[in-house]
Amino acid sequence: MSETLVNGKKTTTELEKVVIRFAGDSGDGMQLTGSQFSFTSALWGNDLATFPDFPAEIRAPQGTVEGVSGFQVQIGKIDIYTPGDQADVLVAMNPAALKSNLQFARKGGNVIVDLDAFVDRNIEKAGFASNPLEDGTLADYNVVEAPISSLTKTALEGLQLDNKSIMRSKNMFALGMMYWLFDRSLKETEKYIDSKFKKTPALAEGNKRALNAGFHYAETIEALPSMYKIPPAIIEKGVYRHISGNTATAWGLMAAAERARKKLFLGSYPITPASDILHELSRHKNLGVITMQAEDEIAAVCSAIGASYAGQLGVTTSSGPGIALKGEAIGLAIMAEIPLVVVDVQRGGPSTGLPTKTEQADINIAVFGRNSESPAVVLAASTPANCFEFAYMAAKIAMEHMTPVILLTDGYLANGSEPWKFPKTADMPPINLEEAKKSNGVYYPYERDTEKLARGWAVPGTPGFEHRIGGLEKQEKTGNVSYDPTNHEKMVRTRAEKVERVANYIPDLEVQGNGDGKLLVVGWGGTFGGLRTAVTELQHANKKVDFVHFNYINPLPKNTKAIFEKYNKIVVCELNMGQFASLLRSKFPGMNILSYSKIQGQPFLVTELKEVFIEHLKD
Amino acid sequence: MEALADIPKAYTKKDFESDQLVRWCPGCGDYSILSAMTNALPQLGIPRENFVFVSGIGCAARFPYYMNTYGFHTIHGRGPAVATGVKLANPKLSVWEVQGDGDALAIGGNHFIHALRRNIDINILLFNNEIYGLTKGQYSPTSPTGLVTKSTPYGSVERPFHAAELVIGAQGTFYARTIDTNPKLMTEIFVHAAKHIGTSLVEVLQNCVIFNDDAHAGVTAKQNRDDFQLHVKHGQPLLFGKDNKKGIRLNGLKLEVVTLSENGITEKDILVHDANNEDPALHLMLARMAPPHFPMALGVIREVRAKTYDEAIAEEREKITENAKYHSVDDLLKSGETWEIK
Repeated sequence: MSETLVNGKKTTTELEKVVIRFAGDSGDGMQLTGSQFSFTSALWGNDLATFPDFPAEIRAPQGTVEGVSGFQVQIGKIDIYTPGDQADVLVAMNPAALKSNLQFARKGGNVIVDLDAFVDRNIEKAGFASNPLEDGTLADYNVVEAPISSLTKTALEGLQLDNKSIMRSKNMFALGMMYWLFDRSLKETEKYIDSKFKKTPALAEGNKRALNAGFHYAETIEALPSMYKIPPAIIEKGVYRHISGNTATAWGLMAAAERARKKLFLGSYPITPASDILHELSRHKNLGVITMQAEDEIAAVCSAIGASYAGQLGVTTSSGPGIALKGEAIGLAIMAEIPLVVVDVQRGGPSTGLPTKTEQADINIAVFGRNSESPAVVLAASTPANCFEFAYMAAKIAMEHMTPVILLTDGYLANGSEPWKFPKTADMPPINLEEAKKSNGVYYPYERDTEKLARGWAVPGTPGFEHRIGGLEKQEKTGNVSYDPTNHEKMVRTRAEKVERVANYIPDLEVQGNGDGKLLVVGWGGTFGGLRTAVTELQHANKKVDFVHFNYINPLPKNTKAIFEKYNKIVVCELNMGQFASLLRSKFPGMNILSYSKIQGQPFLVTELKEVFIEHLKD
Repeated sequence: MEALADIPKAYTKKDFESDQLVRWCPGCGDYSILSAMTNALPQLGIPRENFVFVSGIGCAARFPYYMNTYGFHTIHGRGPAVATGVKLANPKLSVWEVQGDGDALAIGGNHFIHALRRNIDINILLFNNEIYGLTKGQYSPTSPTGLVTKSTPYGSVERPFHAAELVIGAQGTFYARTIDTNPKLMTEIFVHAAKHIGTSLVEVLQNCVIFNDDAHAGVTAKQNRDDFQLHVKHGQPLLFGKDNKKGIRLNGLKLEVVTLSENGITEKDILVHDANNEDPALHLMLARMAPPHFPMALGVIREVRAKTYDEAIAEEREKITENAKYHSVDDLLKSGETWEIK
């Protein structure tokens, strides 16, 4: 860290990374403010990760804690894998935002409030007994009381704008302050404002004035003691863009369909936090995407199954409650052995649970959640950007192996975003689809490829391949209905074996660490960032801890057992009550597999993980 | 794969019969429906490989196994949803969906009405025997109040659905009714339904010989045919009875049965059937007619043209594609804000 004098009074402090949290009313534009800050920082060259934290209600009553929307971003010059544990700077646009977000602020950090919003009525509505700016609530923080509303009003004087539009610009004032504080350029956001308000120049001017006013205000006041400099990260060369998990999922599916020369058919029913995949895919019908907003979750999956049966790539997207409804239909796709991709953007449960909060508790329903012996392939993405890769792989495996594939993401990945060095579709692994064949002039629907055990995919419209399939048990090879006892057992085992053999086509696990640690940390899915950061920090402190992260849940990578055998203690960390740990214990009995779980609708904190691992290293 | 045949060959009934043993109960009405279907398909001039039969669960749902076409026997009630996916994935296919009354109107009621609302170009056959057969005799959503079944030992207390009311309530564009005892009419209606562009709903009054025998005897029995069947034809007066002496007249807002030459009634007083009328009011009144006061209307009761879901989707795609600024996923990845790290 270095300090320099600027203009004789302000200093610049260099930081490796910093966490900023914007919080305000749902209508205050906090998500936009946060994403603009993130985008500008990415252009500056920082690595970053974001985490929007918003309420389930679209517009809960103004000024209440229930209506507070937050956006956290961590930027840094080092590899950033999480949005950060605690905010170094919290921007609270009203008392309710302060009330619900102070818990996320680091003691000793900066808290910037809109002083104008701290009037008695708002303070009371937020549930404070007295004014938190005066009663010592903020004694541990460096508080900047900025009259953001009134200064925005002053800055926008003379423009033909109504009061509502003026007040909506105050988020830009706050953003301007942040740009000064972190030595960022206003240019990109100004460009964004110009394009967003192309048709209403007064609004464009108003937002830009507010942005600049905030910047100059921050420069002028004494309350901000120092500017911070976060130098650019050393990032792999290439062209980058921002991507959220849900967008990456949508694009990965599209890339796979394009590569396989299939239309992508999405049957989906709106559900938080998966709906954005439906929205995104609905925009790209020019690329052969067909989206149907179905009458319910069951019609969504069934229409996708129909589309796959007819020879296209059938996909359905949902979250836990919807996955529960789709179970029977997924079983049909297992029995009929046709490709199907089911995306489960996990959220807090059970039942309606915590719709906008993250959780990893659907691993059991994904692996086991159907009647009878119903094996499906299960994948899990682990960063917002790699939702692209795993959506692509889910589609590839579904089509090449003629099986349903369930892709698990979660609310944290879905809405989180990060810079992404995006690939060319030609760099993705090829999708090899073989045409259905006849034996001695006859097509047998259940004749299998000897390597993968996949059956042929003969599609309606192809002369000479007319055949009937369905949910009743099949006679091997012919696919005719069969109630024969030994045939049933053979078919059950064959379907299981087919899914197991997918392990021959997926990459091995890679251990982060030198392999001689006494403790192996195991994660899967969306907790990757926190786990990796915690383990890396401990490794830098010479602690003997290694890390593996699973993206392939069923089947498991082939080298899993060999890796596990090297450790005396394995701790599986997940945002549920230990579902993956149970699965691993049943696969590898006798190994010392422990569980660390958290079920709060929030991701792991790096600090809590480090404490857990250090505790495990003690004995 | 074999080359596509350019000209559909002349098919016979045999070409559409599969090699599977038909396993409905002896005397089941489904046999005659199957036979009418294999008679109808050769008349359509559609290559056999373009036919797809989809079904849910139930006795009726075994239908696809007995057709030598593409077939998909799916899960209970979900046939229309699967069929919708099939049609959207490949609009050139002739998609048929076969349901029983429990499958279509109980567990699958939602998919049934939404297929009709979307007006996707598929043909739905509803085999209505007013009973659950495959599960061995429970009342169904079309069973009359009072019907004694295994699950209603004291008689059903529920009010039945009438399929036509649901079709019209869901803005259906095609509704026809036929009976399993009239193969000629069935074949005619299947052909008619296939030619309708939009969701065609054909209700077949079908007899379950085991659990609800003679459920439709009031209409189908030999002694009732003349007086209780009215074969409607677009543009024709609604006449029935022996020698076509009876007819349907619109009296105010009600239909009534009148007899020609009685009380000065002439053919001019008889309602002429207009199946193409957008307004479904008369179609609904005709479809609701039932013994003992009215004959049952059979034939194509409603047939109107409206844009289909598949047409709308194709039009939309064409329009979007014309104005598209990107043409591949690679284009899309590069679109919007990007930056380069050098």
